[in-house]
Parts: sequence; structure tokens; C-alpha cells
Amino acid sequence: MKSTLRILAVTLLGLAGWQAVVTWGELPRFILPGPRLVFTTLWTSRALIAEHAVVTAIEVLLGLGLGAAAGFASAIALAASPLARSLLRPMLVFSQAIPVFALAPILTLWLGYGLWSKVAMALLIIYFPVTSAFFDALMRTPRGWLELAHVMNAMPGRILWRIRVPAAMPGFASGLRLAAVYAPIGAIIGEWVGASQGLGYLMLLANGRAKIDLMFAALIVLAVLTLVLHAAVDTACRRLWDG
Amino acid sequence: MSVAPALNMAGRATIDGTAIFGPLSFVAPAGEWTCLLGPSGVGKSTVLRLLAGLGDEVLFLGEASAGDGASLCGRVALMAQSDLLMPWLDLTANVTLGTRLRGQKTQQDRARQVLERVGLADHAGKRPNALSGGQRQRVALARTLMEDRPVVLLDEPFSSLDARSRALMQDLSAEVLAGRTVLHVTHDTAEAARLGHHVLLMTRRGITSVPPPDSPIPRRYDAPETLEFQGRLLRMLMEAE
Repeated sequence: MKSTLRILAVTLLGLAGWQAVVTWGELPRFILPGPRLVFTTLWTSRALIAEHAVVTAIEVLLGLGLGAAAGFASAIALAASPLARSLLRPMLVFSQAIPVFALAPILTLWLGYGLWSKVAMALLIIYFPVTSAFFDALMRTPRGWLELAHVMNAMPGRILWRIRVPAAMPGFASGLRLAAVYAPIGAIIGEWVGASQGLGYLMLLANGRAKIDLMFAALIVLAVLTLVLHAAVDTACRRLWDG
Repeated sequence: MSVAPALNMAGRATIDGTAIFGPLSFVAPAGEWTCLLGPSGVGKSTVLRLLAGLGDEVLFLGEASAGDGASLCGRVALMAQSDLLMPWLDLTANVTLGTRLRGQKTQQDRARQVLERVGLADHAGKRPNALSGGQRQRVALARTLMEDRPVVLLDEPFSSLDARSRALMQDLSAEVLAGRTVLHVTHDTAEAARLGHHVLLMTRRGITSVPPPDSPIPRRYDAPETLEFQGRLLRMLMEAE
């Protein structure tokens, strides 16, 4: 309750500061619109913004789901097999040397202007953090548990699935929390490079037509979308793995 | 449970060229409780790890074997200082962990029996986090019983418990592990005086067997002969350094 009040107070203060800059700085509305104008636009253009927000949300959710699944599977393959580790690990690190942003035009070329090039961007941007967080956790199973399993004459596959994987789930969860924040970035970059729908597309369009109020309104919706997604992932992870 | 074998150990161990324990040899007689008592850092736990088939990092020259000549693999259960319970499993699942790790059918009835034996049947559906330290160590004991192995290796399993829980745990363990070959590593002279049919004092100079009182185990913690023996053990420990 106290923290909610504090967040509310900080938000109001920020909005007041923003309005003050606009009012006293006499900035034209196509450079920086005031909060009142932005919220008015948000309300009057709600149908338009919602239509595009749904598209972005679908891209983000698909990218998050597929990226998390790919990261989960890769981390397990890496943890289970020393051969996979020696072959894939350098590739994984090398892939991180390529900025994902630079791949966006190629993905658009390969996958078209539709949904899938954005899903692929979101997937690529979250793949490494998820894989890396989960893999690190898989390699850090407390030694006592592994020794107990050894004395119990456990089968190696069972040690992986019944001890190492469950013990590493908090690591997977921290990867997912990061992914929830990164996935929207991927989708928006994808939309900037080439799209006919989505919040990123709407922002570019509004910018081009000097409708900066609409651009800010779309930006606010995007931020709220990201916050909600992060909170949902966080809650789900805590329910499932942190007790 | 098959017939409990004696444990034979003779040799010396090094890790990366550093001596962990010098040439030593001892026998833990079949079906009886042997305490390996000594200060920290003399390699007691390494002895236990070698008998458990662990300690890949240790270079061991000598033999660690069963008195009947057969392999110890699959005949040993281990109870460590930390309870090693899996926080994501309830007590029944923790107790039956071994069967599931081996891909065998889990015996729910037996799990219930062993939990009853350690007095935790009412908590069977709970997670370890909901229990006290003493209760958690009782679950670890139940898991050890569930494995039903003739040799049980104890690595200071009661050292993190408060005095009362520790005494209760000692009584319970002596009762439920009777008939098995137990090798119990401890640095607590009172514990060794209560539980050992045989007490081996391990110092940097090697291992000496100290004959305990004749009374059956668990010996009463306030019996004069227990206290006298405990004092003698401590004196030997003090004089050994």
C-alpha cells in the first residue's frame, strides 16, 4: 500500500514536471506535447491504438513462448552433453557478437512483412538471456544432491530431469523475467524495419505525420504492455518455483 | 536388507599432491556402530566419501572395501550434515527419491511406514520448508531407511541440531539403524560416547581404537560411565595435537 502510494506520487510529480516544461518552455506540440494532450489523444484514438497494440502483443507473446522454449531446450542439451557444450558454446557466444538489430532487415526479407519476422526478432533477442541463465543454473546443482544421487545409484537421465532441472528452475525464471522486458523491444524493432501493423509501425507513422501526441500515446501503451507482461511472468514464476 | 558386511579401510589419500590423511587402517565390524571421532581437517569425511564411492578428486592408494569381498556399490546409504532434501518435493516424494532415481516402482506403503517410524507420518504431504531442522533430519533418516542398505555412512548428520533435538535424533537413529554396519563421522565426543560400539580416534598421527563402556547403545547421556568415557575421549583429543 505504502509503495503504491509512493509510485503514484512519483508518477504525478513526473507528469507535473513534464507539463511544466511544456508550459513554461513554450515548446511547440510537434516537438513535445504535454501530458494532457497525450492522454486526450490516447482516449480519442483508443480504437486505433488498441488495434495495433493487439498485433504487437501477439508478436511479443509468440516470441516469448517460442524463445523460452528454445532457450529451455538448448540449455538442457548443453548441460546434458559435453559434446554439445564444446560445439555449441562458442557459436552461442559468437551469435551474441552480432547485434540482433542488424538482423532485422534480413529477417524481414526472409520471413516477409507479416507477423513472423517480428516473432523471430523477439525470439532471437530473448534466446540468449534465457539459455544462459538456465544453463548456468543447470551447471550449479548443489554437489551434495548429486552425490546423494550417485550413492543411490541413480540413472544419469533421471539425475538431469529429477534433480538438476527442478533445482535450476529459479535460474530459468530469472531468464524469463529478463525475457519479458526484452521481447517487446524485439517486436518493435521488427515493426520499425517493415510492417503494416503494430505499435512500432504506428509510432513511425505518427512521427512521419508530426502527430507526436499519438506517438507518445502509443509509447505509453507499449510501456504499460511491457510492465504488465513482466508482472505476469514474475507472478507466474514465483507461484511455480519460489514456493 | 542383505547381511551387513564389515568395512575395511587401509591406505593414504592426497588431493593435488597435498596429503589428506596419512597411512592408516581400521575395520568397522559388521552390523555394529563405529564412530570415527576427530578434529576438523584430519580427513574423516574423505574416509567416508571414499567408502561411499565418491571423492573422484581424491587420489587414494590402498583399499576401501567390504569384509565379505563383494563390491560396496549399491549397498551403501549416506546421510550428510545437510539434510539434502529437495525443496520442490513433499516428504513422501523425498523419502522415495532413490527408487525414482533408479527408475523403480515407488512403494508408497513403505514410505508411509518409514515416515511413521521417524514420527512424521502426519506431515507426509508437506514440503521440507515447512519443517524444523530436527524434523528435516528425521526425514533424511527416513530416506536412508527407505534405501534399506546394509551399510550406512553418517557424516556429522546431527551437528547442526540443538542439544535436545540432537539427543532425540541419536536415540532414534540408534534404534532404527540397529543391525546395520554404521560408520559415523563426528567431532562431538559426547556423541561418540553415546553411540559407538566402537570408537576410533582419528588424529594427524593416525587412528587409535578407544574401547567404550560395555553398556548397550544409545548410552544414557548422563550415565557416569558415558560421561567418564566422553571425558577420556576429549583428553585424548587434547593430548594428540
